[in-house]
Amino acid sequence: MDRKRRSRRELYTKEICACSIFGAMNREGDRFTGEGVMKAIASMRVRGNGLGGGFAAYGIYPDHRDLYAFHLMFTGPTDPARRAAKQELEAFLARKFDVYFDEEIPTDDSVFVRDPPLLWRYFVLPRKEGEDAEMTEEEYIVREIMAVNSKIENAYVFSSGKNMGCFKGVAYPEEIGEYFMLDRLYRGHTWTVHGRFPTNTQAWWGGAHPFGLLDTTVVHNGEVSSYGTNRWYLEMYGYACTLQTDTEVIAYAADLLMRRQKLPIEIVAKILAPPIWAAIDRMDEKEKRLMTALRMTYGPLLMNGPFAVIIGETGRMIGLTDRIRLRPLTAATRGEIFYISSEEASIRLISPHLDRVWTPRGGEPVIAEMKGYEKGSEESYEKGSEKSYERIC
Amino acid sequence: MRSFVFPEFEIIRDEERCGSCRGCERQCALGTHAYDPVADRLVSDDRKCAGCQRCVIFCPQKAIVVRPSPSFYRPNASWSREKIEDLKRQAETGGVLLTGCGSDKPFRIYWDHILLNASQVTNPSIDPLREPMELRTFLGRKPEMLEISREGKEVEIKTELYPNLTVETPILFSAMSFGAISYNAFKSLATAACRSGTYFNTGEGGLPREMRGEFGRCAIVQVASGRFGIDAEYLNVAQAVEIKVGQGAKPGIGGHLPGEKVSAAVAETRMIPQGTDAISPAPHHDIYSIEDLSTLITALKEATNYEKPISVKIAAVHNFAAIASGIVRAGADIIAIDGLRGGTGAAPKAIRDNVGIPTELAISSLDRRLREEGIRNRSSIIAAGGFRSSSDVIKAIALGADAVYIGSAALIAMGCTLCQKCYTGNCNWGICTQNPRLSGRLNVEIASQRLSNLISAWSHEIREMLGGMGINALESLRGNRDHLRGVGLYEWELDVLGIKGAGE
Amino acid sequence: MMTKAAVSKVRPGSAPKAGSSAGAVAVSIDASGLETRELNDRLRELLLSGAKRVEISHVCGQRYIGTRLYTPERHLMEIDIRGTAGNDLAAFLSGHKITVEGNAQDGVGNTMDSGEVVVRGRAGDVLGFSMRGGEIYVRDGCGYRAALHMKDCEGKRPVLVVGGGAQDFLGEYMAGGVVIILDRDGESHESSFMGTGMHGGVIYLRGTARVDQVGAQVEISPADEADRELIEEYVSRYLDRFPEVDMTKDEIMASPFVRLTPRSKRPYSGLYAY
Repeated sequence: MDRKRRSRRELYTKEICACSIFGAMNREGDRFTGEGVMKAIASMRVRGNGLGGGFAAYGIYPDHRDLYAFHLMFTGPTDPARRAAKQELEAFLARKFDVYFDEEIPTDDSVFVRDPPLLWRYFVLPRKEGEDAEMTEEEYIVREIMAVNSKIENAYVFSSGKNMGCFKGVAYPEEIGEYFMLDRLYRGHTWTVHGRFPTNTQAWWGGAHPFGLLDTTVVHNGEVSSYGTNRWYLEMYGYACTLQTDTEVIAYAADLLMRRQKLPIEIVAKILAPPIWAAIDRMDEKEKRLMTALRMTYGPLLMNGPFAVIIGETGRMIGLTDRIRLRPLTAATRGEIFYISSEEASIRLISPHLDRVWTPRGGEPVIAEMKGYEKGSEESYEKGSEKSYERIC
Repeated sequence: MRSFVFPEFEIIRDEERCGSCRGCERQCALGTHAYDPVADRLVSDDRKCAGCQRCVIFCPQKAIVVRPSPSFYRPNASWSREKIEDLKRQAETGGVLLTGCGSDKPFRIYWDHILLNASQVTNPSIDPLREPMELRTFLGRKPEMLEISREGKEVEIKTELYPNLTVETPILFSAMSFGAISYNAFKSLATAACRSGTYFNTGEGGLPREMRGEFGRCAIVQVASGRFGIDAEYLNVAQAVEIKVGQGAKPGIGGHLPGEKVSAAVAETRMIPQGTDAISPAPHHDIYSIEDLSTLITALKEATNYEKPISVKIAAVHNFAAIASGIVRAGADIIAIDGLRGGTGAAPKAIRDNVGIPTELAISSLDRRLREEGIRNRSSIIAAGGFRSSSDVIKAIALGADAVYIGSAALIAMGCTLCQKCYTGNCNWGICTQNPRLSGRLNVEIASQRLSNLISAWSHEIREMLGGMGINALESLRGNRDHLRGVGLYEWELDVLGIKGAGE
Repeated sequence: MMTKAAVSKVRPGSAPKAGSSAGAVAVSIDASGLETRELNDRLRELLLSGAKRVEISHVCGQRYIGTRLYTPERHLMEIDIRGTAGNDLAAFLSGHKITVEGNAQDGVGNTMDSGEVVVRGRAGDVLGFSMRGGEIYVRDGCGYRAALHMKDCEGKRPVLVVGGGAQDFLGEYMAGGVVIILDRDGESHESSFMGTGMHGGVIYLRGTARVDQVGAQVEISPADEADRELIEEYVSRYLDRFPEVDMTKDEIMASPFVRLTPRSKRPYSGLYAY
């Protein structure tokens, strides 16, 4: 299947899927292994079907915290094809980035997963030369990732933030956790996780959640019925939707609105899940003007149809549902731990005694922030610098 | 407001023949015919006529002809008479155009572009009158493999078998609820199904308590978005439970049985008060996503102690094959797929004539999709929507269906003439009405006999065609596209159908 | 929790004779680590062996509890659940009584036919969906779309009492039955789209409701004496089930109540052109 070529008929190959989502954050910045979130997501196994699972973990690479961690997937049908994709990718990286360190992402091969791709990680800094020198690092990286994902056959960047990483694939999420040994090798202060139920089997590793760009990641439950609209809008801003899933557009919308356009999450929530016109008409003039302007300007980014998402960022975790809450989302706290999940029972399983449990209203974000959170100052609140993962040599 | 719409039909009465017996006046519940005592003759109001032909058939003197009214507007390829008149009706009422029956629009009918094969020389054709010819079909999940244990001569199956429906012919009656159709029509379908070794489907109108004992054994009961008439007994007396997600005539929207059709008996069966609108919401409000469907499928399996296959019926829409694949993964044992020309008791015309895809293409792409994903064994396919003859049925099987549902065809067998006025509740044929005077016209014994005759005639024709192909068991034709060829089709259509052109 | 267990062999015909073992003594099940299907297998076995009371401890997300307990002979039992009950608790419930010492998730009482469900905690979305008989009491609040398409008929009138608030779309398409929202913390006053498409039944809301919070088909009126009598009866039952609630009946009844009823049994009759 040629994923790179766009058909003039605008027939998107889009996988529809539904799912379970879970997130946990230690708001003090203390780090913990993936064991608990693996247990929680495993308890929602019936919401998925074993055709996709994945994790985003924040705070896992403290020793390389200043470098962008690129996780790459080389998916060719044969090993030589994967190696060829890797060679091509590395030639590309050599032109565009300074690679400080790279290695195969360690996996436990005793865990059975189907058709695993070659998985590699690169810790890099951008090398902006010539005209590119004017660009911000982030703009540069986004552009280059889009180039890799749309131009290099069989190579996909599926994680690209600093001091964080996504791990995903085709299996039940707890199996993916075991495959990547998330309960043994990594400690993070924020984890989001996803169990997937796509409606077909051509499920491929890149189609699993989370989807991320830089340190923004999205896990998603639902179907975006506005996908075609969201997609053309984002394409105008240079986002190449190559991953065959509607969740990708949420990740890019979050990147566009929060990182590039610097809109606060409360506003972004009103773009993705705006109030209905009848409610806007009842608002006071100032608010009405704002909401009307948002809907006029960002109408193509309205995420229509049922969704519940957890958006992860360094130091922040946001839960959001569509405006009439067609997908479930439960939030809970216990001390400094903040949980978001599709089902309460999965939270209770790892933390039976909760301080507070609630279901957020449709379209209103629940936001977990780490103490001292301020975008762009990641290090300030992070505790501990013990070695977070070990290389397997 | 004076209506600017032409009468749809013209009624011509042969005054010479008419004996003023007033039979036509009694036959027409729409009030088309009236006796004028002063002139001692019958007069007809063309405007009220639905063109159902009841009066024509029942006139003892054969004095009446009803034909489309010949009046016309200035001919205009863009503004057809239908478009102009629909617009006028809406200008007069401000309402949504409602209609009944399947779409009458000239979308390509692929059945008429597909030809069947027959054996010549290399493979003997089989004579079904004298040789065995098997149509028995099992609907439900099949295991991936059977594990057999053998001790001495004792052979035992160790694999747990899944519950399946057994049909003696691959033709089932499609979902038509008591409420949408009359009690007598409903009971006729049930009676014929039991007699013919097949199944009827309750739709979402419930199953009247007094019918449960006798007809549960040939019933598929529906759980639809309105959840009418459901209790544990209803689920457990049936042989299969069908979750209705969509309908070919109106994909994506719900329905509502207007209060005037909710008679005392309908209310009791649906378990709602008499005279209220019975509203079926567009979605199931406990299904907003595929994993929710999985939840409902499992809930129904729990409620029936894992003893019944669970079917999920969806309308054939653009991306349905991927959705159907998800439905199979969600645990459905049967997928019922209802195409563009599927019938209905009431649907907005804009939806009926503009949403969905043809059944033929749907069957082929669904079968292919499930095979490609290696999950075809997990679920059977029942195709629905516009089957008119045994040859349509056999072509559907060759395109990959396990069996078909017939709805309109069954109603026509009972007397329906597709006048498309089902939603008025004044069906002169006693089928689509709750008016006891009208429904009493349908005799259960006779109507069920007509239905059984139809099933038996079609089954026999299927055997003849199978025999001609040198096949003596229906399962050997299932998905066997080699026995089909297309004529007059574009390349992409042949691709979707997965068949060669004639002569290729 | 995808179960790999074999199909239950438990069939009505193979039941041990009722009363042979359990009787009125409560039987306990520890649900730790049990799959949904295993738990429900056990429940059905117990029902068929004549158990009248079952206590299930450590429930954590197991679904459809109570669903597989229909028998043509109408065996009934009481089930006490400790923990967090999973989705579709008491779906299609046929006469049994279920108490949850903890919270429940989405879909409690889905298409419930008869019986009683008591949740000593909160409930999730689509509570009492298409419920057509029996009673549900929830101590605290509930999520979106409670009482959606609840309906009644001759001799059967479902009742839903929620101690806390209800979120949006309460009583959407409601066609019958009684819903009482006691709103102990005032959350319902923030909710919208109450009773959209309502065409039967009645919702009582403690406090008030604004016109813009309800669907166009809904009439808001103050509860009259007869209404208050009915409410009071169910408040008493609510408090009987939840003695821990820190309000008395008089305190609850001291507030005004509003009644939401449909304007018509035929909300959409004028929609079509024929």
